[in-house]
Amino acid sequence: MEQSKLQRKSIEYRKTILKIIFESGAGHTGGSLSCIDILNVLYNSVMDITPENFSSFDRDHFIQSKGHSVEALYTVLLDCGFYKKEDLGTLNNFNSHFIGHPTKKVLGIEHNTGALGHGLSVAVGMALGLKMDQKKHQVYALLGDGELSEGSVWEAAMTASKYELENLTAIIDRNRLQITGSTEEVNPIEPLQDKFLSFGFNVIEVKGNDIASLVEVFQKPKKEKNKPNLIIANTIKGAGISFMENQVSWHHKVPSQSEYDLAIHELNEAFENVQ
Amino acid sequence: MSNNMGKPNLEVFAETLLNEAKKNSKILVTTSDSRGSGKLVPYSKELPEQIIEVGIAEQNLVGISAGLSAAGKKVFAVSPASFLTARALEQIKGDIAYSDLPVCLVGISAGISYGQLGSTHHSIHDYAVLRCIHNMSIVAPADNFETIQAIKQAVNFKSPLYLRFGKKPMLDISHENKDFNIGKAKFVTKGEDVLLMATGETVQRAYLAAQILSEKDIHATVISMHTIKPFDAETFLSESRKSKVILSIEEHSIHGGLGEQCASILAQNDIKTNFKILGIPDEYMINGTQSDVLDYYEMSPEKISKTVLTLLSK
Repeated sequence: MEQSKLQRKSIEYRKTILKIIFESGAGHTGGSLSCIDILNVLYNSVMDITPENFSSFDRDHFIQSKGHSVEALYTVLLDCGFYKKEDLGTLNNFNSHFIGHPTKKVLGIEHNTGALGHGLSVAVGMALGLKMDQKKHQVYALLGDGELSEGSVWEAAMTASKYELENLTAIIDRNRLQITGSTEEVNPIEPLQDKFLSFGFNVIEVKGNDIASLVEVFQKPKKEKNKPNLIIANTIKGAGISFMENQVSWHHKVPSQSEYDLAIHELNEAFENVQ
Repeated sequence: MSNNMGKPNLEVFAETLLNEAKKNSKILVTTSDSRGSGKLVPYSKELPEQIIEVGIAEQNLVGISAGLSAAGKKVFAVSPASFLTARALEQIKGDIAYSDLPVCLVGISAGISYGQLGSTHHSIHDYAVLRCIHNMSIVAPADNFETIQAIKQAVNFKSPLYLRFGKKPMLDISHENKDFNIGKAKFVTKGEDVLLMATGETVQRAYLAAQILSEKDIHATVISMHTIKPFDAETFLSESRKSKVILSIEEHSIHGGLGEQCASILAQNDIKTNFKILGIPDEYMINGTQSDVLDYYEMSPEKISKTVLTLLSK
């Protein structure tokens, strides 16, 4: 897919994220906006995952370990045809499968997540299963940066390295904020690159809200033989909406009508400016 | 009744699984540095491609097992019951049960098998915590026969399952009844006076207590309630309506296990009976071997039979 088309999609996706959060009255606004460009590039130009091949394991896999940013995932899966707009319209309604964290009840979702620190182990298991069966498909896992305080992430990292899971790519949505404040104030995770290098990963940094950079990193990954991959995606929490960017208060704040209108206005302007 | 001592269930588990895995390359063992204690060294030597070692990391063990299961593997995740069901409880809840992946979790050295190693190593909480997780089945085989059957059925089990094994050789209590099905109560003996409900390694104690009672012309039905969940309430109810005295006997806290499950069914069906729960009381547990501790908490065959006599005389 052309990069300008991906850029437009990112803007449209941001509008959908805000709309579903605004209309359903709940959601993780900041984190969904920080990771949406990553999901956009993965689903639209990298991964082999479609509604048609989803029931088979013989395809690529994506686990959203930072499950709270589910609105970003719902948005991309909707665009990829996994369900209808009306289905997503039930978000947060009584008895809807569309809830505040991913569940397999929704077509396109790989694994139930929400409690942090789980996704990488599951992704390691999947990648190991594919490798044992000599399948070429890839496994991607998206983690939050605050999530890295969970010890189980590092358990999984050790095993990924032990079993030389070159088919595994963990992505850190490095937006530098978590619910309480800065990741470096809450419980510092730096030096992040050195940590994963010492765990035996091939580490790549990328501008995580820049489509061109993401396309380059994901489409032509500079892999190292027998090493699992770690992409540190340097993102902005609330990316794309001026008054939400880098504001911890937008972790799970729902926009008011005027904030929503202003945000959509900003996105419409951005859309017109895409080259 | 005859008393033939078998092997430790754990050994039989490992032998049976090795046999099954030789026939089925989808079977995988995952383990957290527990190959030796799980009696899986022969398995790891014969089938090195069918065992995944994650080190002392139970959370990771369960998460990876979930991923392997999603990839189509039939995973037996083997780890000491205490660590598996406490440390990795959230992974069991989210990645296995909630995500509906048919992993077989195998809790080894369960209950108070670790004896003097103390409470850090004991699992007298596992029934309680797993019972309230939807989609989990819980099975504690009593003897070698039940173990073999449980493993064979576990291979084809389509939903999350927890198996619990101790370390000591077990009496053969299945020689009169070879009918083992997960989810169905298994009769060990039949008698009209007393109902002894036991599970896992306490079944042999109930069986021996029934022998003592029969010498006094008191006849006990002993049930191996190997499946704690889903609980065969139908069989329990029909037997409890026939018995003057009911005892439950478990190597588990008196809270949240077999006994409270029985009590709940009795109370909700308005069955008035002489009922007593035997298990580990809610106290700082005394130290000792598994056998000494179970004896101390009134689960020796002698004490079980005495308790029955006391309740019968009420």
